[in-house]
Amino acid sequence: MKAAAPTRPPVARSAEDRAAFKRDLAAVVPHLRAFARGLCGRPDMADDLVQETMLKAWAAQDRFEPGTSMRAWTFVILRNIFLTDMRRNRFRGEYDELVAERILVEPAGQEAPLHLADLHNALLLLPPERREAVLLVGAGGFSYEEAAAICGCAVGTIKSRVGRARAALSQMIEAGGAPDADRHGKEAHAAIMDELDMIAAGEGLTEPLR
Amino acid sequence: MAQEQQMAVHGKAKGTTGGRKPEWAQGLKRLYDSVVEEPLPDDLAALLARLDEEGQA
Repeated sequence: MKAAAPTRPPVARSAEDRAAFKRDLAAVVPHLRAFARGLCGRPDMADDLVQETMLKAWAAQDRFEPGTSMRAWTFVILRNIFLTDMRRNRFRGEYDELVAERILVEPAGQEAPLHLADLHNALLLLPPERREAVLLVGAGGFSYEEAAAICGCAVGTIKSRVGRARAALSQMIEAGGAPDADRHGKEAHAAIMDELDMIAAGEGLTEPLR
Repeated sequence: MAQEQQMAVHGKAKGTTGGRKPEWAQGLKRLYDSVVEEPLPDDLAALLARLDEEGQA
């Protein structure tokens, strides 16, 4: 990412600026979908999140610093909407469906069918702050520094969250996929929601990057 | 938060490029990429088009 330019007051953007913004925004929409899908699991809800994100980003475009990462900027918006929605119970009570959801993905190449659906289900059982950390770094390809900026926390915190997420995923995968939803799902869900309350009530929300 | 500081990264799950990554590490990326590569749903494409209109206003 480009080094931060001095913050300048929002100025009305020219038609060209708006066109460029729109182009950049359009280009990151597939990434917003992927991040949202990883965060909330359900494709329809994920796309709702993306829609809201696009509208908010469009409305806030004067605050976007041209030359910085559109992907990082919009991810901040998306995760804030996600956390806020979580707090408002929008995703509560959806757990059974989350687990039932099977994201069918063609295995790439000749590898044994990696159980991506199981991996995704395991991912959804992680506490959200670890889930987003491992998504940003392990799936989205962000550096620890970028992920820390997106989440509004220290780089060391992101590293430890990613480490914990990876350890937990390894454990779940090696144990033969995500834990059985019937036995552990409700409990895990309750734990996740408790953590979410803490995040949402605290400093979980991040100021949009610049 | 303090608990997280205690986390010692397991060698196996280490994120360094040199280390051996667990089998699923690539799966995480594939999960993400598979969504990135999906065609854009109509409603999102329509929304982008609406932004276009607004942009011309």
